[in-house]
Amino acid sequence: MTVGALARGRKGGRVGRIQALLWRRPWMRAALLLGPGLAWFVVIYLASLVLLLITAFWQINPFTTAIERVWNLDNFRTLVTDGTYRLIIVRTIGLAAAVTVTDAVLAFPFAYYMARVASRRVQTALFAAVLLPLWASYLARVYAWILILNHDGVLNWSLLLVHLPPANLGYTNWAMWIVFSYIWLPFMIIPTYAALERIPQSYLEAAADLGARQGRATWDVILPLALPGIVAGSIFTFSLTLGDYVTPLLVGGAGSSFIGNVVYSNVGIAHNIPFAAALAIVPVAVMALYLLGARRLGAFEAM
Amino acid sequence: MGDRLRRLREARGAVLGLSLVLLLAACGGTSTSSGGPAQSQPPTASMKPPTSIGAGEGQLNLIAWEGYTEKDWVTPFQQQTGCQVNAKYAGSSDEMVTLMANGGGGQYDMVSASGDADLRLIYGGDVKPVNVDLVPDWKNFGSQFKAPSFNTINGIHYGVSLQWGPNVLLYSKAQFPTAPTSWKALYDSKYKGQVTVPNNPIQIADAALYLMKTQSSLGITDPYELNQSQFDAAVNLLKQQRPLIKKYWDLASQEISLFTNHDVVIGAAWPYQTNTLQGANVPVADTIPSEGATGWADTWMLGTKAPHPNCAYLWYKWISTPHVQAQQAIFFGETPVNTKACSEMDTLQAGSCAQYHADAPASYFNTIKFWKTPLADCGNGKSDCMPYSKWQTAWTSITG
Amino acid sequence: MEARWTRVALRVWAVGILLFLFIPIGLVIVYAFNVSTIQSWPIPGVTLRWFGQTWQDPEVRRALLLSVEAGLMATAVALVLGSMAAFAIHRFQFFGREVISFALVLPLALPGIITGMSLNSFFAFNQVTFSLWTIVIGHATFCIVIVYNNVLARLRRTSSSLMEAAMDLGASGWQTFRDVTFPLISTALVAGALLAFALSFDEVIVTTFTAGAQNTLPLWIFGAIRLGQRLPEVNVVVFVVILITIVPVVIASRLTGGGAAGRVEAVAAAEEV
Repeated sequence: MTVGALARGRKGGRVGRIQALLWRRPWMRAALLLGPGLAWFVVIYLASLVLLLITAFWQINPFTTAIERVWNLDNFRTLVTDGTYRLIIVRTIGLAAAVTVTDAVLAFPFAYYMARVASRRVQTALFAAVLLPLWASYLARVYAWILILNHDGVLNWSLLLVHLPPANLGYTNWAMWIVFSYIWLPFMIIPTYAALERIPQSYLEAAADLGARQGRATWDVILPLALPGIVAGSIFTFSLTLGDYVTPLLVGGAGSSFIGNVVYSNVGIAHNIPFAAALAIVPVAVMALYLLGARRLGAFEAM
Repeated sequence: MGDRLRRLREARGAVLGLSLVLLLAACGGTSTSSGGPAQSQPPTASMKPPTSIGAGEGQLNLIAWEGYTEKDWVTPFQQQTGCQVNAKYAGSSDEMVTLMANGGGGQYDMVSASGDADLRLIYGGDVKPVNVDLVPDWKNFGSQFKAPSFNTINGIHYGVSLQWGPNVLLYSKAQFPTAPTSWKALYDSKYKGQVTVPNNPIQIADAALYLMKTQSSLGITDPYELNQSQFDAAVNLLKQQRPLIKKYWDLASQEISLFTNHDVVIGAAWPYQTNTLQGANVPVADTIPSEGATGWADTWMLGTKAPHPNCAYLWYKWISTPHVQAQQAIFFGETPVNTKACSEMDTLQAGSCAQYHADAPASYFNTIKFWKTPLADCGNGKSDCMPYSKWQTAWTSITG
Repeated sequence: MEARWTRVALRVWAVGILLFLFIPIGLVIVYAFNVSTIQSWPIPGVTLRWFGQTWQDPEVRRALLLSVEAGLMATAVALVLGSMAAFAIHRFQFFGREVISFALVLPLALPGIITGMSLNSFFAFNQVTFSLWTIVIGHATFCIVIVYNNVLARLRRTSSSLMEAAMDLGASGWQTFRDVTFPLISTALVAGALLAFALSFDEVIVTTFTAGAQNTLPLWIFGAIRLGQRLPEVNVVVFVVILITIVPVVIASRLTGGGAAGRVEAVAAAEEV
């Protein structure tokens, strides 16, 4: 196999020699291929993350907001002791969990229909239909809900049409719950569908043969087998909600601050980057725990 | 206080990379600064301002309050000078300070800073001295605006005064046939879910001003100089207000949309919102309640690393002329610092000079409690006042 | 097998979900033709005039231009670095391979705000002034992952015996790449590039922290929604952005045979490790 390369190497001059050299030493080729990308990651991305971690242990001059490299744990102490931040963390995690449950409930029957009822053609069409909104500009979709939920929007108009009182959901935590559930729903449908599709028909037939009624078969056979898929989907819905700050800013009201909003305003307004860094570690830690849990439930095999 | 600049200079030679990050982290810095102004010269005090204005650079990057860069006076400026104006609206003084400092500065040329941002910008080394001799209209400014303590330190000008005015109570005429007479309306549970106030820690001063007039037992004399118990009272009042709030507005336009869409009926505002809403035929009005008002006195400041200094000086000249001062005053609903702007205002809109107090005596100026940075030093010999960092923390706990 | 009523119920549910997914998008499209400047429902009439006005708006044009520039450059960087990394990971076994393939997908697995603010403080720390390049760096960091995943997935599906056969027939490394490997992965490259561009074109969270004074199109939309003063133009821009992001994705999914789940797949790959 190396004959060709060597043959070229003999007559091909410098280029050929380099090629031959690379061919004889695979690690060099690996290094050459991987080097630039890896350098990019280490020099820019990982260095940034490490810097962020370090910054969390610094402080700012309260008057000029310049960073002072004094090592301390004050930022973390504030996070733990100040009730406000506890509340914000709990709110963020709570809403992320609520969104996840909502999406799971919405997605399961849909994914079930897609995987086990719909014809092959309908299946393909539905798959595309679920993916399209995912790519239709995030901001556009949030904005659509502002139009729907505001005082003079579609929702109140529709309620009025059926003689119900206006809902006035704009700028509330309910609005955030709806919008997040909407935006991340496709992320739940796809893995759930993938898991459901993989369940062999024979399992269900076996269950039926053993006398299981349909509801029971769903409960005892399908749900446990689909669970890894649902957990996999929940990783997206949970982590994407956890790190968001745009939706709370646009559709949230008073008392809708998320971890992301506090981080954002500490970076962009108060210029307290050390504190923002300390707070930013919270969602990362929460996600790490969540992923550990998800792994135990077999979510990774499902993806 | 110069150590920030020194550190910046040190860092400038730095090469990108993880090794550097780790190295610096390992060495650590030990510098601490007192966190207060006044003792020393600001870091940029020795920078010599230019003595003449050169050719414009073609661009001018501004950080401004909404309503400060309207096309009525920006377009002719661009045509005359060739300086293309790029404005970014900031929602609060904090955001202005951060934008000026972010990335080590060098992005923006000028900022329309209010009194609570000025000293932070000056002592942060983010703005530099300005040669007022290059601004012909400066000599026509009211005497209290030529070298006010908020933008002039030890005789060095760090900016040129612009306009000033009061924060107002904005209300929907449908809900309030007669104007509310007290800021109490903002704390009234009758309007639950229909109130909006700025998302800005300096809002604590508004609560303090209300308490100053309604709870004399607290002994508040200056809404920006609050000891622990006074501060707690103001913060408590705002915490009680939280359930009434529809949304804390970050930008004036948000408040405008909230009123336009009937999401709110009353709010704390600038006259700019009133003018804009009335211009769009939304039935609203504003008032200064009996307790008085907080307010702002703004200054255009020049960034230490301003990339287009000549255009900046051309802007200084332009924005200080009586006509432009009058245009901005009427558009925003504030008071010009140039005393010659009064007649221009009346030419543009009859009666506007008196309406916006451009002819008012200095005593009127003194009735407004202008935004300033709260410091631990109370200004009365005591130093048990809450510094601004406490205000920011408290504000998060109110709105969170 | 399912009972008849179950099937009906499931079908109704599916239609309901589809309506839930598409009504808001349809609504935004309708609002783009709203004659009024006030965004209330129902719209009083339809007009095309906002399209013209938006197209004339220099701010929108500048933002669009910046978005396209940043998207193209980030995609270019991502194509080169991402596919090289995919080759390396696919072809070679070496110490730390697992760690590296995990690290490469971090930017998509971690919340965007973490990537954004760490880059922000990194630039501040190194005194880098915000420019087109800081935006490109921010975008390329996650675009690389998209290309990497697409190319790696294709390489895994491609039998390496084809390349070995070419080599055995005397082709040089370069010839093999040009005549065999490249044609095999070319559609994966195009799909990866389109997805990377679409992702970059729509990105707002990381960009907020790396753009400084500049406005990309999503930043302009974000700012304009918050300001709420030029909503007719927002409607039009949002409508156009939906088209611009969806079209490449549809093409990409044709090329890869349903691989438009780019985002899902990329993050899934991150967590597989």
